[in-house]
Amino acid sequence: MAEPRVIIVGAGPAGVRAAETLVAAGLRPTVVDEGRRDGGQIYRRQPEGFARSSAELYGTEAARAEALHATFDDLRPKIDYRPGHLAWNVADGHLHVVHDGSAEALPFDALIVASGATDRLMPVKGWQHAGVYSLGAAQIALKSQGCAIGRRVVFLGTGPLMQLVAAQYRKAGAQVVALLDTSRLWNQIRALPKLVSRPDVLAKGVGLAASHLLAGTMVRRGVTPVEIFGDADGGVSGVSVRLASGRDLRLACDAVALGYHLRPETQLADLARCDFAFDAATRQFWPVIDEDGRSSVPGIYLAGDGVRTQGADGAEIAGKLAALAVLTDRGRSAPTEQISRLRQQRRAMERFRAGIAEAFPWPHHLAAGLADDTVVCRCEGITAGELRSVVHDKGADEMNRAKALSRVGMGRCQGRYCGHAAAEVVAAATQLSPAVVGRLRGQAPVKPLAIRTRRAAP
Amino acid sequence: MSPLQPRFVRLAETDRPTVPIVVDGATVEALEGDSLLVAVLTRAGHLRHSEFGPEARAGFCLMAACQDCWMWTHDGDRLRACDTPVRAGLSVLTQPPDMPWPNRA
Ligand SMILES: Cc1cc2nc3c(=O)[nH]c(=O)nc-3n(C[C@H](O)[C@H](O)[C@H](O)COP(=O)(O)OP(=O)(O)OC[C@H]3O[C@@H](n4cnc5c(N)ncnc54)[C@H](O)[C@@H]3O)c2cc1C
Ligand code: FES
Repeated sequence: MAEPRVIIVGAGPAGVRAAETLVAAGLRPTVVDEGRRDGGQIYRRQPEGFARSSAELYGTEAARAEALHATFDDLRPKIDYRPGHLAWNVADGHLHVVHDGSAEALPFDALIVASGATDRLMPVKGWQHAGVYSLGAAQIALKSQGCAIGRRVVFLGTGPLMQLVAAQYRKAGAQVVALLDTSRLWNQIRALPKLVSRPDVLAKGVGLAASHLLAGTMVRRGVTPVEIFGDADGGVSGVSVRLASGRDLRLACDAVALGYHLRPETQLADLARCDFAFDAATRQFWPVIDEDGRSSVPGIYLAGDGVRTQGADGAEIAGKLAALAVLTDRGRSAPTEQISRLRQQRRAMERFRAGIAEAFPWPHHLAAGLADDTVVCRCEGITAGELRSVVHDKGADEMNRAKALSRVGMGRCQGRYCGHAAAEVVAAATQLSPAVVGRLRGQAPVKPLAIRTRRAAP
Repeated sequence: MSPLQPRFVRLAETDRPTVPIVVDGATVEALEGDSLLVAVLTRAGHLRHSEFGPEARAGFCLMAACQDCWMWTHDGDRLRACDTPVRAGLSVLTQPPDMPWPNRA
């Protein structure tokens, strides 16, 4: 039997473990990643010439980061690694990539998409001002460039990453003005039965929360974001929220890190025509997968945070399982014992994921309360009022129609940062469930291509 | 904050060789390994102006996903500042050359 051509998109924890598993079975997979270096998000490698230690960069996860980087360095000669390659479409058994303005179509028998996540955002009035960054951006500035996003930083939103990044900022010497969290302690306590499925991670989370209190950092839970103040030229100057007590709090700052946990990057799965289903707990559409990561389309496998937000350890397990599924489906002998052990570990990851979603809930109720002049689409400055008007005046009660008529989701981020919130705005305006309102369909190219893209010489 | 005031603050890795780049005709000292975004925002408050609204923009995601950080070369090519590393002599514009953008009323 000819060797199957396997392509992996993503050189993060999921993609690297998938590649390792395939190489161990004697295959030579192609690994495509848009980034210049491997590591993905959490284990992002700093540029050559930077000198901070793994302990400084990755904290408690330093050993795991080093292990993943070492694995990848070993794999390099055994795989076809394509850094700096954006995968922009999947069609007719080919993955379409572009590198330095030059396009190429790579044929595959099996495709493992391990594309990771981006921040999940809910708009707040004023979030278009310069100096408002996604929470992930705040971390990347520090991890990969040694910079803080401002002098006085407010963290606004919710999710496990918020506590972590704020702690990393404080440790690096930045001034953390406050953590303003929309979740309540009660949410976290109620999620405990699920969170104890990973006691070590739970303990780290509790430790992080305690570190903010010990450091005397202002932490407020159960807040309702009201406005990010600023002006067109100078950017952010402050934040106001309504506290759980009903009182208003206004803080001066020159940067805001904003985020509500993560959303999977599912565009490639969409372009490959994988089935999606609505997850009522997190109120988003996800590709349907089996316990090993097989999608509804034969030959397309999905792994890591690009399909379920299980975090880095879960991504490593999912990457191995997806690769083993490829091997099984291509008629190679599969180590059944290893597969059942990995599946069992994955179930604990899934239980923990569900716990995190409960502990730091997506505040969908905020969408209904967004003032009409709040910008929903940062790319093109389209407001909640403009979006609501296509619902009320033109009967656009489905997301793709609302997009066509309002342009929300058509801008250069292609709906990554407005799509979930826009669906909630439409759902609230129509009194329909977001399951009925639907989702923005992924479109090729998954990111804007350079103006002058040419076909690579054969 | 004044638009001329730097937005980002360097907290580590400051001991790197400098690299001269040119922004709107003015030479700026970046550090080797900087992204274009960091090189500009450690010197200024923004990267560009929004073509759809009044605000200055300074990037949003830093992970090549939002496309808020576009800058331009003199040939009109777009650069994504957050994942473009600086190199000596790189010359960029905060507005596309000779291309008037429609401003939304
Ligand atoms: C900004 C950010 C910071 C995070 N920080 C932490 C943290 O500190 N701790 C933690 O536990 N978790 C963190 N997470 C969660 C994190 O996503 C996971 O823990 C882990 O990185 C998931 O691994 P993965 O392999 O699934 O995806 P990732 O590590 O995200 O890797 C995905 C890779 O796919 C590539 N890719 C995606 N789409 C394409 C495409 N179309 N073409 C080519 N390449 C593509 C990306 O460049 C990336 O390298 C963070 C997430 C984000 C978004
Ligand atoms: S800041 Fe989002 S793409 Fe560069």
